[in-house]
Amino acid sequence: METLERLIEEHPFCHGMEKGYLELLVGCASNARFDAGQYVFRQGEEANHFYLVRHGKVAIEIHAQERGAIILQTVGEGDVIGWSWLVPPHRWMFDARAVEQTRAIALDGECLRRKCEEDHNLGYELLKRFAYLMAKRMEAARLQLINIHGPLD
Amino acid sequence: MALSTDSAMTSPVANPMIPVPWRVQKARRETRDTFTLTLRPANGEPLPAFAPGQFNMLYLFGVGEVAISISGDPADQENLVHTIRAVGTVTRPMQRLKRGAVLGVRGPFGSPWPVEEAEGNDVVIVAGGLGLAPLRPALYRLLAHRQQYGRIVLLYGARTPRDLLYQRSLDQWQTRSGIEVAYTVDAAAEDWRGNVGVVTTLISKARFDPVHTTAMICGPEVMMRYVIMELEKLGVTDENIFISMERNMKCAIGFCGHCQFGPTFVCKDGPVFRYDRIEPFFKLRGV
Ligand SMILES: Cc1cc2nc3c(=O)[nH]c(=O)nc-3n(C[C@H](O)[C@H](O)[C@H](O)COP(=O)(O)OP(=O)(O)OC[C@H]3O[C@@H](n4cnc5c(N)ncnc54)[C@H](O)[C@@H]3O)c2cc1C
Ligand code: FES
Repeated sequence: METLERLIEEHPFCHGMEKGYLELLVGCASNARFDAGQYVFRQGEEANHFYLVRHGKVAIEIHAQERGAIILQTVGEGDVIGWSWLVPPHRWMFDARAVEQTRAIALDGECLRRKCEEDHNLGYELLKRFAYLMAKRMEAARLQLINIHGPLD
Repeated sequence: MALSTDSAMTSPVANPMIPVPWRVQKARRETRDTFTLTLRPANGEPLPAFAPGQFNMLYLFGVGEVAISISGDPADQENLVHTIRAVGTVTRPMQRLKRGAVLGVRGPFGSPWPVEEAEGNDVVIVAGGLGLAPLRPALYRLLAHRQQYGRIVLLYGARTPRDLLYQRSLDQWQTRSGIEVAYTVDAAAEDWRGNVGVVTTLISKARFDPVHTTAMICGPEVMMRYVIMELEKLGVTDENIFISMERNMKCAIGFCGHCQFGPTFVCKDGPVFRYDRIEPFFKLRGV
């Protein structure tokens, strides 16, 4: 348990988090490992976890019938995968596939939702951190969308 | 107001308005729309020295003249190297030039990257698309004097894997040269094993000391704006941020006013500017 707590504390997502909250997170956490090519989750599945990535690389992708899988974004060390656990209907919107061997801490979304309902301060703390992440992702996605490198031929 | 970075300016050739003939030694395709020309003097004249960040005016006889940054090694005494994207009237026919063809060259012009002033600092280079070309001479210079710098970080973003410039060099720099290299593309198919996402997402993951960092940025202006914001957030000050600007050019020596940017001329006060000195104009629309 102690090492899991240390790993969570060291992850950038949790920097500066109060000890009490870290302990609550540890209660919902487990280690996870994905081999290259393995799916962390697939679109449409129930979103029961989110992941603090420790090493490796995961591609967030969307599958288009005509074009195969299109990678929207890759995430790696220090990043977080997934907020669908937080937002109803709690289903994954995209596929997540390990591009290389990846180690992460999996946090059980159901367990966390319950704790957040019991302790709204924890809920607010987590929401603040996820809101920041979402804003960053949206900014990056918008830059991707405007195609700053000019129009395709 | 002196806006150029002041050291290492080299003087242009005798009459800066008269193109000197240079011969294409090698023409190399880089990506679907980008190519690199290696030039040698057609009449045996010595190669004029240039500083990283400077540009030449390349004249395609009978067609027209374009401003193109020098993308080769400043220590190379034999070859003048330019990497060019074929976009229009001049650069498209230029793409068809073969070994032996002759071009007119005027230059070098403009202000350099602050490679000497950066000694003792960490250096963060952020490039978008073709923006890596004007930064490559700076990288060569940094690598040739590696021990004079702290950490060196190169962050590079392109549209797709096929649009990444100098991919072999990127991989070599990544594995053997004591610099941290990360590159990313905006979109990729399933078989791509690298990063996907805009170049700004690489900044917070790079290791450097923001307080003692010189940043050099070149790419589309929107990209540069967001890169600057990220760097500022981490604590890099505007006096230590340098960007390279592009504006249409004609004379390249401060006469015609074509390249005006606020109160400055990009051809002689730039193209490399210290950010705090042009910040007010950089933020204005349509300047
Ligand atoms: C200081 C400086 C350094 C430069 N360095 C390089 C370099 O290293 N390599 C390089 O390829 N270019 C560089 N450029 C840009 C280059 O000068 C122009 O791409 C070139 O003048 C286009 O000329 P053209 O006659 O082929 O195209 P034009 O016929 O003038 O233009 C055709 C079309 O291309 C578009 N276009 C023009 N310029 C650009 C541009 N810069 N980017 C995208 N689209 C454009 C025009 O809007 C137009 O739609 C630099 C410019 C400056 C000012
Ligand atoms: S190009 Fe003529 S003033 Fe700059």
